[in-house]
Formats: sequence, structure tokens, C-alpha cells
Amino acid sequence: MLNPTMSPIEKVWHYVLRITSGLTLLFLIMPVLVIIPLSFNEGSFLVYPLTGFSFRWYQDLFSAPEWIRSLQNSMIVAPAATVLAMVLGTLASIGLTRGEFRGKGIIMFLLISPMVVPVVIVGVASYLFFAPLGMDNSYTTLILEHAALGVPFVIITVTATLQGYNHNLTRAAANLGASPITTFFRITLPLIAPGVISGALFAFATSFDEVVVTLFLAGPEQATLPRQMFSGIRENLSPTIAAAATLLIGFSILLLLTLEWLRGRSERLRTS
Amino acid sequence: MAETNASDILVRFKNVQKSYDGETLIVKDLNLDIRKGEFLTLLGPSGSGKTTSLMMLAGFETPTAGEIMLGERSLNRVPPHKRDIGMVFQNYALFPHMTVAENLAFPLKVRGMDKTDVTERVKRALSMVQLDKFANRYPGQMSGGQQQRVALARALVFEPQLVLMDEPLGALDKQLREHMQMEIKHLHERLGVTVVYVTHDQSEALTMSDRVAVFHQGEIQQIDSPQGLYEHPRNTFVANFIGENNRLHGKLLSRDGERCTVGLENGERVEAMAVHDAAPGQPVSLSIRPERIKLNVAQEQNRFSGRVREFIYLGDHVRIRMEACGNSSFIVKQPIATLDPKLAVGDVISLGWNVEHVRALDPVELAE
Repeated sequence: MLNPTMSPIEKVWHYVLRITSGLTLLFLIMPVLVIIPLSFNEGSFLVYPLTGFSFRWYQDLFSAPEWIRSLQNSMIVAPAATVLAMVLGTLASIGLTRGEFRGKGIIMFLLISPMVVPVVIVGVASYLFFAPLGMDNSYTTLILEHAALGVPFVIITVTATLQGYNHNLTRAAANLGASPITTFFRITLPLIAPGVISGALFAFATSFDEVVVTLFLAGPEQATLPRQMFSGIRENLSPTIAAAATLLIGFSILLLLTLEWLRGRSERLRTS
Repeated sequence: MAETNASDILVRFKNVQKSYDGETLIVKDLNLDIRKGEFLTLLGPSGSGKTTSLMMLAGFETPTAGEIMLGERSLNRVPPHKRDIGMVFQNYALFPHMTVAENLAFPLKVRGMDKTDVTERVKRALSMVQLDKFANRYPGQMSGGQQQRVALARALVFEPQLVLMDEPLGALDKQLREHMQMEIKHLHERLGVTVVYVTHDQSEALTMSDRVAVFHQGEIQQIDSPQGLYEHPRNTFVANFIGENNRLHGKLLSRDGERCTVGLENGERVEAMAVHDAAPGQPVSLSIRPERIKLNVAQEQNRFSGRVREFIYLGDHVRIRMEACGNSSFIVKQPIATLDPKLAVGDVISLGWNVEHVRALDPVELAE
């Protein structure tokens, strides 16, 4: 809103701010918007202008065995890694916020490090670690490694939520006769659920679009959707990739909305 | 204090100590017997060890040394959730994601009580605190006073024999607080449950309790009925902490059984009750309640003169600040009905008090 007391210079700044904000948002969303029309293009090149409308790339996506398998792989690896990251991350944050102890800072740093260390290094290192054990090219290894990448997000969001958690509630539950485990599931978990859900969302997104570690650890059997897109770009640049990308975008938006709704719901419960 | 039978005692603190850092003792050698059915208040300034003692009883803190007994059972190795002690927390600690009814049902459900019994008991507990219509509200939708009642009902719903209250009325405004004090007191009388109440508010302690334990520096200074504490404080700390009091410094001149004579710094002599065990020549501190001082007296003992400095009008009574007995802010409390209307600032009048109303206690450092 323009305020009548603004000086001319302030008015200019007001518009400059609005325009730059708009351009920034456009810059962020542009790559996403560009890819969607291409997936419906009739022609077999990933270029504008569009030559006609067709669903052929979607047909291709859902009929080519390597694409189908990569879709299935993503649907195995990402949820499994998310659940693992969610459970371990939540437990770790509860332990880390419970009190002061020696080495707390180091443990926190170690748990957060997968987020800070360049992914290539994580990829190489995990390959060098797992390959001699004969554990490369396996779902388990890929899930473990993706979970490790997701844990920092869960720890950060859950720890933040625990800051606002009234620890007297845990005491009250114990006083009323609830064992520590009952207290966790009936009192603590429902109240920190918004943090756990947000963390899980980030962990899922991390695993769902992870390429680098997957390149190192997954064989063709375990190739996930982003991995398949990556090889698709190198081998034959077909608009199937655009179709896959559009699918990923749609799925991510859906996920984001669902989880945001869930989070908002439990947030309301918590503060009402 | 009457001798109590061992079977009348519900909780016993035996030589309990607590230290967080291994050096300073927050609670020093606490010995305390809590009788069945009594309303005992732990009163003291912050950091006096009262809350720590309560937390040790609830099981949230462990004693560094000593033992706490509940009935015949030692609590030292019993985790909080197996103690069966109700507790009302400061700021209530109601579960925000559960309705009032669910909050009350929680302790019953974790005890595995069947559904119809739970519903019945929750209903009874709600009507006990007059919140029948609020069963399906969330705590966040209720006022402070209502939340306080829910917390009370939740601590009582599983019928523990002991209920702890940690400054439960601290967050309420004055009027509501006074109302809730009476409500808690009446509930205690009706249910016969033993209550251990922690507060730093002396008037709250006096209003509600059967007995009050005054804590200071990790020790119980005195444990007595409210009247006993107010009328017969055993030391200067208790006299100062409970109610208002005029303090005079002097030296013990002679002692005759229960009574003694104290010489003030300005040469005046006061007959007083000998409470502090001092030898002649040693310093003592005299404590006199402002409402025990009479003006324009004709008595011979403890008769002094003082100059009126200031009137403070308080509606039902007047506080008169006087210069008397070498103290320039000697406070006298006079009911409006007995106040001489001609009395004015600057007047010199006589004042006095009965021997049983002035107590010679331990001296305090003049640094204060």
C-alpha cells in the first residue's frame, strides 16, 4: 500500500521492491514452467516452439520398461528412506534436547554433516565403504544412504519444534501414571507432529530427487526416476524426460499441499 | 505440637539432602513428617529449597542423600509414574491436544480402567469442580481459572492419597486467586486427601494450611499452625517473612525464665519473651507486630514515647509511621474506630505493648 506520508524517493523504492520481488519469484518458477509444455509437445526434440499437442511421451514413460522400473524404484526407496530418517531423526532430537551432556555438540555436528558435506563426497565415500562389503547395487544400501541424507532435516525441524514444547507436560504425564513410552506416543509425539511431518517432507524430497549418491550406489536394477532422467539426458534427449519431470513436479506439489494441510491441522490442535 | 502416632504419618523425609553441583546443598538435611489428611504448605522465598523438596517427593528430582517414605514404602527407587501421587503444576500442564474430558480420562486410561468407569469418574470429577459443561472444550479455549480447576480435577480424578501443588495459583489475578484458595481448601476438607502445597505467598499459606513449614536456605526454619507461626515466630527470619513486624536491636540484660529484659541502643528497656537463647550481654533482635501496639497507654511496663511522622490511610485502618525506641520507621496499625481524630503529625504520644507480644529473637546483621 502506498502511504500518503511517503516521500517521492520512498515511492520509487516501493515500486522497485515490488518489481524485484516479482522477478525473483519468476526466476525461481521459470525452469519449472518451461518444462511442462514441452512434455505435451508433438515433436521429438526438447525445444520451443511447440509443434503440436500429444500425450505420446507420457505413453512412452508408462510403457518403456526402464522408466516403469525407475518409477517403481523411486516409490520403494523414497518412502522407506523417509520413514527411517523420520524415526531416527525424531529420536535423536529428543535425546539431544533432553539435557546437557558431554559431546552433545559433536553428536549434533555428526548428525547434521550429511547436509553440509558436498553430496559428491558422500557419494564417493559411501561407494568406497559399501563396495568392498559387496553392498553396492542394493536397495538396502541406497535406502540407508538416502535416510542419512534426510536425517539432518528431521533433526532440525523436530529440534525447533521441541524448543516450544512444554516439558512439564512430560512430567505431568508421568505423574498421572503414564510410562515413558506411553507418554511419548500419547503426549510428546502428537505435540511435535508438525515438526516431524515437515522434517519427513524434506527427507522425502531429498531422496526423491537425489541423483549423485544414487549414481554411485545404484546399479541399473535400483535406478530411481531422477537417475533414469539423468541417463536419459546423456543417452537420448527425448521429451520423455519432460514428461517424467512434469510428473515429478505434480507429485511434489501434491505432497507439499497434503503435508502442509496435515501440519496446519496438528498445529491448530497444539495451539488451540 | 502434639505427639503423632507413626500410623498417622503419610510421608516422611529422613535426612534428605539435595545438591545439583555436589558442593552447595539446595536442601540441607530435611526431616519432615507429613500427617495423613493434613494440608501442609511449604513456604519460602525462591531458592529456599521448597520446590526442590516437592519435586523429590513427586520423583522428578532424586535426593543426593537420605530417604523419602510414602506410608511404609521407600520412594527412593520408585519412578514418578509408579508413585500414585497427584500433582497440580505451575501453569497447569494440561495436554493442549486433548479435550478436558480426555485430560481427565488420561490417568484412568493408563491405569487400564474400563470405559464405563472412566466416563463415570470423569463426570464426577468435572462436577466436583463445576465444569460439567466444559467436557469437550480444549484447554486453550478456557480461562485461567477454568484451566486451574481442570488441573485440580485431573490431579484428584485417580483418587491418590497425596496431592502436590506447585504454586498453582501464581498465574491468576488477585480476586480469582482468593476465590480458588477457598475452593481448594473446601475440596481438601471434603475429600480428606493429604495436600502438600508450595507457595512463596505468605497470606496464601496462612489462609489455606493446617500447618506451614517455612523454608530458608535449604532448611525448615519453623513448622507450625498459621496462628503459631504468626504469633510465636521462633526466629527473626520467620518473624519477618510472615506478616509485618517492627524490629528493635538491643542487648540482653537479664533473663528470668520465659521473660527477659533487653536494653535498647538509646538506653530504653524492654520487657520481652525470651525466645532466642542468648546470654546476658549478647545482642538480640526484638519483634513486635504493628497491630499489637497501643497508643496513649497508662501502663507501667513497656511504655515509651514516640513522635508521629506520617499517616497512611488504608480505609479500614491507618498505619502510623512513628519515631520511637530509636527506630525512625516504627509502624503502628490502628483501626479507624479507635484512632484519636485529633492526632497530628509531629505529636508526641505514649505507646506500649504487652510483654507476650514482643519476642526477643536472634540478632540480624546490621548490614541489612
